[in-house]
Amino acid sequence: MALHTRPLHKRILLVELPMLAILIFTLGPYLWMFLTSVSDEATLFTEGPSIWNATLENYSRLFRTVGFGSNLLDSFIVALGTVAVGLSLSVTAAYAFSRFNFRGKRILMLQFLLINMFPLVLLILPLFVLMRVLGLLDTHLALIIANSTIAIPFSIWMMVSYMNGIPRSLDEAAMTDGCTRLQALRRVVLPLCMPGIIATGIYIFITAWNEYLYALTLGGRNVRTITVAVQTLIGEYEVQWGLLTAGGIVGAMPATVLFLLVQRRLISGLTQGAVKG
Amino acid sequence: MSDLTVLAGPSRPRRNLAREIMPYAMLTPAVLVTLAIVFLPMVQTAWMSLHEYVLFRPNDFVWVGLENFKAALQDEVFWISLRHTIIWMATTIPAQLLLGLITALLLNQDFPWRPVARALIIIPWALPSVVIALMWVWIYDSNYGVANEFLLRLGLIQRAVPWLADPDTALAAIILTLTWQGFPFFAVMILAGLQSIPRSYYEAASIDGASAWRQFWHITLPGISGVMMTAVLLRMIWVANSFDVIFVMTGGGPGYATYTLPLYAFVKARTNLDFGYGSALAVLFTMLLMVVVLFYLRRTRKAMD
Repeated sequence: MALHTRPLHKRILLVELPMLAILIFTLGPYLWMFLTSVSDEATLFTEGPSIWNATLENYSRLFRTVGFGSNLLDSFIVALGTVAVGLSLSVTAAYAFSRFNFRGKRILMLQFLLINMFPLVLLILPLFVLMRVLGLLDTHLALIIANSTIAIPFSIWMMVSYMNGIPRSLDEAAMTDGCTRLQALRRVVLPLCMPGIIATGIYIFITAWNEYLYALTLGGRNVRTITVAVQTLIGEYEVQWGLLTAGGIVGAMPATVLFLLVQRRLISGLTQGAVKG
Repeated sequence: MSDLTVLAGPSRPRRNLAREIMPYAMLTPAVLVTLAIVFLPMVQTAWMSLHEYVLFRPNDFVWVGLENFKAALQDEVFWISLRHTIIWMATTIPAQLLLGLITALLLNQDFPWRPVARALIIIPWALPSVVIALMWVWIYDSNYGVANEFLLRLGLIQRAVPWLADPDTALAAIILTLTWQGFPFFAVMILAGLQSIPRSYYEAASIDGASAWRQFWHITLPGISGVMMTAVLLRMIWVANSFDVIFVMTGGGPGYATYTLPLYAFVKARTNLDFGYGSALAVLFTMLLMVVVLFYLRRTRKAMD
């Protein structure tokens, strides 16, 4: 039913127009938000959002008066910290899963898969209690640790699928040439799966950047990430939609750009297991 | 065994031992950390659910057994939240699946701007839930929202509807938002499945004179059923576990109109600081979810055989 070429008018009617409709549904809300964010607050409610007299006033107000700069910094620290923790713990773990057969392998792999299934609410309360006991509430470290609950199992899963794609014979060849296991990992496997590691790292960054409930519960005053800051705007500036939507655009920008950059590799990593399994 | 090692020379047993220990050594950091930050907290939640534990009375940590669970079963809000959770999952996921399937089938066709469409379609996936919530609150705004303006111009409604403030429409409005957020995931998963179906199947079928519909039914659907089942399972778990969009959009309101179970557990603990009862709700919800997941796995495994 697919793939062979159709006449032009049929293609436009059956494929391109429906696709366009779905794209409008997908991007419409986002574009509407962008349009609102560049509209002048004063005329927003009389004339509605418009592109013709676009202004960056809302954006500059965001950084001047609301202090979005420090929120962005908090988000960057937390997200980069989560990437560092997630990747450093999962690279060797993924290598072990990908290259060795050992007792308990299935169970250990299963537990990393299972973690993904547990509701966040189940973890939030004890993590809050734990951070309070440790005196870590409202620090970057608390958020990095909390985000790692999602990041570690996810990146192990992704990384195993990338490493399985690298032939075992390569590290075995390196070892016959006199490398130890760890040297083979560092000199042969790591460079080869660097693209996969980067993609995984970027995905962890995006998830940590976008995370909200941990950031709200374990931070919020001193350490206020961008998502919490955006949400706080909703409460404080009830009707200033220009400012609010500008906050939304700024908050979503880094993750969106990164996502568009790595989407292909990411999706292939995510779907590999599913398609084959 | 010992004879063999003697024969193999002195260096052999050491290398074997290293080989056996190596994978465990490499796994230890990740396992220890997940034990500490995932499994320990989980056990702690279960433990807290058996106690009366209100955070602003820090010295009260009284064993109450299953009292919290009993209370939950008699709690009207628990049943309201459960009903909403069921409605929410039973409508959002099929809607996402259907829309995702259509999108994937379209993206699998040949047209000039296909790469652009494929890249743009996944934008909702990359957006923070707070931004999604904010965006849709603005769209649903009763005075200036574009949803009302759009529907008014089309003549589908007579006057502006306060979508999120009206208990009758709030849940539906949120379901639309969540469908929007999640369908790109299905689209890319199913697209990957579609691309793994060998082209020759279709060629053979069209030589035999099979209609497009029959090809879809007998080649495409079986070809993507595996991916679809995985995607539904993953999405079910993710949809069930994420409540941040609802939390930001309505906070559960108006009244209890958009309460779901995880949201109720969170609100109970966060605003009432009632960690014991909140934990019990979280545990109940997890158990219900696990039953659904196991049931689903059994059914799909039967269907696949």
